Parts: sequence; C-alpha cells; structure tokens
Amino acid sequence: MRFVDEYRDAGMARALAARIAGLCEPGRAYKFMEVCGGHTHTIYKHGLEDYLPEGISLVHGPGCPVCVIPMGRVDDAIAIAAQPGVIMATFGDMMRVPGGNGSFLDAMARGADVRMVYSPLDALKIARDNPDKRVVFLAIGFETTAPSTAMTIMRAASEGIANFSVFCNHVTIIPAIKAILDSPGLRLDGFIGPGHVSTVIGCRPYEFIPGEYGKPIVVAGFEPLDVLQAVHRNLLQLAEGRAEVENEYGRVVPWNGNPKALAVINEVMELRPHFEWRGLGFISDSALCLRERYAEFDAERIFQVPGARVADPKACQCGEVLKGVLKPWECKVFGTACTPETPIGTCMVSSEGACAAYYNFGRFSRDRVKEATRT
Amino acid sequence: MNREELVLERIERARRSRPRLREELVTLAHGAGGKASRTLVEAVFLPSFRNPHLEPLADGAVLDLHPGTAPPDGEAPDGGAQNGGGLDGEAAHGRAPDGVSLDVGEPVGGGAGGPATTGGLAFTTDSYVVTPLFFPGGDIGDLAVNGTVNDLAMCGARPAHLSAAFIIEEGFPVEHLRRIATTMAGAARAAGVTIVTGDTKVVQRGKADGCYITTAGVGMVPSGVRLGADAVRPGDAVIVSGPIGEHGVTVMLARGRLDIEAELVSDTAPLNGLTARLLEACPDGRVRCLRDATRGGVATVLNEIARSSEVAVIITEEAVPVRPVVRGACELLGIDPLYVACEGRMVAVVAGESADAALAALRSHPLGEEAAVVGRVAEDPPGLVLLKTGFGGTRIVDVLVGDPLPRIC
Amino acid sequence: MCLGIPGEIVEILSDRPDLAKVDVSGVRRAINIGLLEGEPLAPGDWVLIHVGFALSKIDEAEARSALDFLESIGQAYEDEIAALRDSVIEQG
Repeated sequence: MRFVDEYRDAGMARALAARIAGLCEPGRAYKFMEVCGGHTHTIYKHGLEDYLPEGISLVHGPGCPVCVIPMGRVDDAIAIAAQPGVIMATFGDMMRVPGGNGSFLDAMARGADVRMVYSPLDALKIARDNPDKRVVFLAIGFETTAPSTAMTIMRAASEGIANFSVFCNHVTIIPAIKAILDSPGLRLDGFIGPGHVSTVIGCRPYEFIPGEYGKPIVVAGFEPLDVLQAVHRNLLQLAEGRAEVENEYGRVVPWNGNPKALAVINEVMELRPHFEWRGLGFISDSALCLRERYAEFDAERIFQVPGARVADPKACQCGEVLKGVLKPWECKVFGTACTPETPIGTCMVSSEGACAAYYNFGRFSRDRVKEATRT
Repeated sequence: MNREELVLERIERARRSRPRLREELVTLAHGAGGKASRTLVEAVFLPSFRNPHLEPLADGAVLDLHPGTAPPDGEAPDGGAQNGGGLDGEAAHGRAPDGVSLDVGEPVGGGAGGPATTGGLAFTTDSYVVTPLFFPGGDIGDLAVNGTVNDLAMCGARPAHLSAAFIIEEGFPVEHLRRIATTMAGAARAAGVTIVTGDTKVVQRGKADGCYITTAGVGMVPSGVRLGADAVRPGDAVIVSGPIGEHGVTVMLARGRLDIEAELVSDTAPLNGLTARLLEACPDGRVRCLRDATRGGVATVLNEIARSSEVAVIITEEAVPVRPVVRGACELLGIDPLYVACEGRMVAVVAGESADAALAALRSHPLGEEAAVVGRVAEDPPGLVLLKTGFGGTRIVDVLVGDPLPRIC
Repeated sequence: MCLGIPGEIVEILSDRPDLAKVDVSGVRRAINIGLLEGEPLAPGDWVLIHVGFALSKIDEAEARSALDFLESIGQAYEDEIAALRDSVIEQG
C-alpha cells in the first residue's frame, strides 16, 4: 500500500457514483461545501465532478490559507522583506499573491531577498547559515501548519538563534466555518470536513455543526475516492435523517487529533482577538500570534510594518466565492479582468483557490468536455 | 447556451487576445517559459523584430537564404556551416568543418533516402543559466549543446554546426571551465555536430552566477519536411518519447535547498538521432510537429500545439510515462510532472495512421525505448488541452504563469 | 488546504532521534517526528508528512478496512452490472 493510488481506482469510483445517484431524491438540489482548498484541488485535478449527478453541487469553502490572507498583510510582509539585511523565507504558495503593490516576485525584482522553503525548519537553517542577516519566516496555514512553525520557534529559542523571527499569519478553521454557517444567503446540506487540519484538532471541534446547525460533516482524505466517499456518507446521513460528525479519513485522522501538536501550538502561540480574513472580514479569535514569552521571535514586534488595511478591489467578489454564495464563474471579473496571470483576488492565485482551480482545470462546459473525451 | 457557458465563451475570447505586460520590472516568472514569458516576448521583442520567420515563436527558424545557390546534393551541411559563420560575422576558425560530422554518431538517415534536396537552413539559439552548473547526469555544457541540437532537430533539421559564447564571472575556476568544455566536446561528438565559432566574455565578480553559455546552431532541413505547431490536424496521434520531468526534478533537488534525496539523473540528450529515425519511418508530412518539452514541460508544448493548430489535444493521464521517483518528488513538492522540464524528451504529433510506425521507430532507438502514445487530436474544443484522469474524470491542462513552485497548500 | 503526503519511515536517525528518514516513491528526506512524541515509530511505519514534519502515524488496519468497504461495493456493482447484462441478453 502506498495510501495514494489505492484511492484513485476508477472502478470503485463508478460503483460509488452509482450509490450516490441512488441516494439522491429526484428533483432535489444538494449542496455540499468542501471547506478545504486541498479538496477543491482534488476535485478539479481528478475531474471528480464527472461522477456526480446533476443534482449535486460542490461549493468551495474558505480553507485555502493563501486565499484568506488580506492584502494589507501581504504588503506588511513585503515591507519587511524590503528592509536592508533581511532574508524573507516562505512557501512557494506565497510568491505570486498580490498585495496592494505587487507580489513577492515583484519585490524580488526590486532587490528583496526572498527564498522559497519547503519547511519552516529550512528557514531556521538559513538563519543559522547567515548570522549577519535577519531571517524572517512568513508563516501561513491553518492548525495543520501552525505546530511546525511553533516547533521551529521552540528550536530557535533552545539554540539561541537570535537572527530568526516569524511573521505569523496562522489562522484557525472553526471560526471560519462558523462565519460561513452564519452568513446569510447560503444554504448547505452538509460539509466535507478538512482532513489534514483534523489530524491536529481531531473531529470533536466539528460537533457544533450537527449540534447547533443540524448539518452533517464527513472528515475526508485528499484522494478522489475519499472525497466521493464523503459525498456518499453525507447523502446517507441525509437519507437516514441523521446529522453527525463522521470520519472517513480514519487512516490518518485520530478522533482526538494530535495532543502533542496542540500543546506545541499552545506553548508558543495564542489567539488574536481579531483577524481580518480576505473576503470574510474580521472574525474574532480566528488567528494565532506569538505569546509574549516568544516576543523576541515575533517579526511583528521587531519590524515596523505599515499595518495598513487595504480594501479588496471593488470588482473582486472573492468573499462571496469563499463563502460559497457565488460560483467562481459567477464573479463579475472572473476570467476577464481576473485571471491566473493577473489575479485580482486571492482565489485566483493559489492553485487551491476556487477560482484558479476552476479556471485552470474546470473551465469548460462539462458536456462539451464529455463529448470530446468520449472515445 | 446557459449562463455559465456564456461566461466561458467570454473567457475563451479574453484568453485569445494578446495579454498585456503589466509589470514594470522583469520578474523570474518572465523567464519560466509559461504565460509570463510569452507575454514578455510578445509585448517587447515581437513588435520590434516582427517578421514571418520569427512570428511562430518556434524552437528555431527555417530559412531559405540563397534560393538560387543551394549547395549540391549531399553536401548540405557545408552550406549550413558557411551560412552559420557568416551570420555571426565571425569566420569559423580552426579546421574547415567538413560535413562528414553530420553522419558521425547516430545515423540520421541522410544516406539512406537517396540524394536529399535542401528544404532550408534551420537556425536557432538558446542561453543556458542553470543552477547548479553540475548536476547528476550532466552539466551546463551538455545542456548547451543538446538544447541547441534539439531545437534544430525539432525543426526537422540535421544539426550540423554550433557556436558557443561564454559569459564567465571573475574568479570562476578554470578547472570548472575545462570540465564544461570537455562535456561540451563529448556532447557535440555524440550529436554529430561541431562547434565552429565562439566568444568569451568575463564580467566582474557578482555580476553573473559562475558561467552562462549561449549556443546557436545551424542544420539543414531535408526537402519535404515541414513541421510546425500549426500543422496538427484532428485524428493525429500525440507521442511522448520517454519518461517526463527527470531533468527538472534532478536540478531542483541538486540545488540542495529542499534537502531531498533521490536516485535520479537528468535526461539531457541529443534527440537528432531519434527525430531522424522518426522522419524516415513516417515520411511525406506524416510527422506534423516535433517539440522538445523543456521549460514549461509537456503541458506547455501541448498547449502551444492546441493553440497554433486550433485543435483540441486530448491526453490520457495513465499513458504519460513518469518514473515513480519523479512522481514521488512531485507529490512531495505539490507540483505536476506535466509542467516539469525535460532536456531529452520530445512530443511528436504524427498522422493517426502512422502512430504505430512512429512508435516502433522511436522505440528502436535507445532514447525512445519508453516512448508512448499519450493522446490524440480532436476538433473540439479548439485551443484546449484536456486530460482524461486516471480516476476516470476529465480536466483542462493549461499553461502555467511562471515556474511550478513547490507548495504546501 | 494543506498538502500532506504519506511516506514510509526507513530509518530513525540515531544521532537525532527527532528526525526520521522517510521514503516517498524512492524520494527520501529527513522529516521531523517531534510532533509524534509518545507514538512508537519504527522503520516500515507510514506517516503523513506536511512541511517537513510528520503529523500523524498512518493506521494501516483502518486504511485496509476502508478499502475493503470500497472494494465490496465495487464488487457488488460489478455483479449488478453483470446481472443486468445477462438479463438483457436473455430478453434478447
């Protein structure tokens, strides 16, 4: 077993699709939100929608950490990177994200030293290797990624690496899901729960979804059969009149999550009272910053940043797309003013962003595609 | 047509219009071979240099320099060499190149097909700026020779002569330069070409990264051969000459920043032997288009073909050869092997009925043993590349804006 | 939202017990296993890798049983299709 290819079997997909079709009430329209951008990527990359009957639509949620970073934060990060003697390290995902005044790639063209890393530990290594530079790691991600940043900061502290700091943009998933559930104009039948966040936080934090909102949620893995299975189990719950938290991804997600990872986050970070999410606005207790005792590693305290709030471009409807109110193609600027080459909104930047995924992989009439690939 | 389809139509129209260059400064994305590169070329160079040879923005140009004075049959390479030297404004130095070099190494089928009349002079140039300079399976020298040989081969030409220009950073070890020169000589021998002219410049320390090489090359295109990304028709078969992505992943790992180990070597190789066999096996225009899948990978090449020929290219994911170790590295880094550069693999589009003959010809050559038919060409939807996924779904394969970047999301 | 890849542990580094060498289809990298403290890990175990850290140990028994379920409905589906095909032939 490689835990990958086994979950890409077309034969099993056909069987599951038949079950799914059998569970759909004729004439009823079902809407399930995949919270996580990784699922959005899976859906488009494997052409999963080809297996779904007409009545089911998948709504792409806010779970793309790159997409939800507000432009002002990107500008702050670029401002830090532009200071003399600074090396900014970040994941490849961030390189093309537009701020108010260009992206990291543009900042590099103006002379900023920005390095792509695979792991926060690689950023720490850059700090070790460049003692005369100030190395800042631009941290993004949900609870999945936060423990790795926290571990890296703890290591920097124990090794006494003074030229390393973190510009922390970690966010938490539950407040975002709450914001979605409370937003007007959205009707969802159930959720496909984020698999990798759940390895850390476990499945319990989702209990309010069936409890308070009466909706099913199925935590799912990232292979296409996982996602199809999550749709199937959502439909089963609806058919049986249940609303529960189910774990489809038991091979990776323990019900109680990873206590050590949670402890590490808690050691290094605390909740910010507010954080702005691109498109969703300010959400209370929805992001993490460094605790006082790790202040010397906190880039926000070390560097002067503009800290300016940059309003999203007026035409951009990322917010509606992130909440699942609009399909990507329903946005006014989708595909014309806003394309992967010249993204206006963040949903178009990350390959996980709903708009980029739809533009890159799904941008075509399904009927015509089916016709073309028939033989 | 429903609303979604109307929106999609509008997007396709927007997509076809010439993109605007918005940046005021050149970024790394402009050098990655994707949409950003094309935008830069179309916005800056094409308007200044515009002419029919340049317009297709192909791997090389095929020129008819002296229509009245074509070299005698069988001595095409000599003509090529003289033209090559002349274009550079510098005489070819050393021994006079003697055409025989053409048939050294892999047979290119030149002698087999009877007297070849000249189809034109293929001319191309390329610069090499790889980091690191030395990597498993090759170095910048191999790339500089093979890359230009391949660009000529993709025009259907028999590569004959190359120029080599070096931009060297002050302080660069002579030992490294020797090593590069030795590799280049070996690669030239293997490809059956000679390096007949060159140039050397040294820049201040810090103004370049070790050593950059620019090569140009000339070769003769046999008559009857006309290849082009715009010559592809519905019903044609799409072939990839071997496992993809090995060069790109090897170099990415050799940079050492990712701390990933894998037993992987670059696929850099001269493809002129392979193209000669293919053209011989599928004569008379049955080979429509050859493209080496360098920057931007196979996906970018297929998109150029779909766009230039106004056809749909439909490929099957499972048919595309990718070695497990390349797949593993790509999974770990979150990139798609379809976009990763190769330096010794090509995409060949041939007439549908010639697919078997083409495949047999390619597989008879050591560099094409793992060649595979990966898809076919259809009429609709024009300009798009569609992928039938292993999972049984379909999706679009578009051109990337810049480099495929490792991602965590 | 977060790219996580299964990899097989091939070696726990003796000089750095918080690191394990992990293999993904022949690609190897040292991965920090500090977040799996208290979880006994040995070569042959599979872990989920995210940004250079092992986030979770993969439960092979659980994976097997989930696949068994999928295979069973796959089989049931094939049988149904076959039965359908037979019945069509009989009618014909």
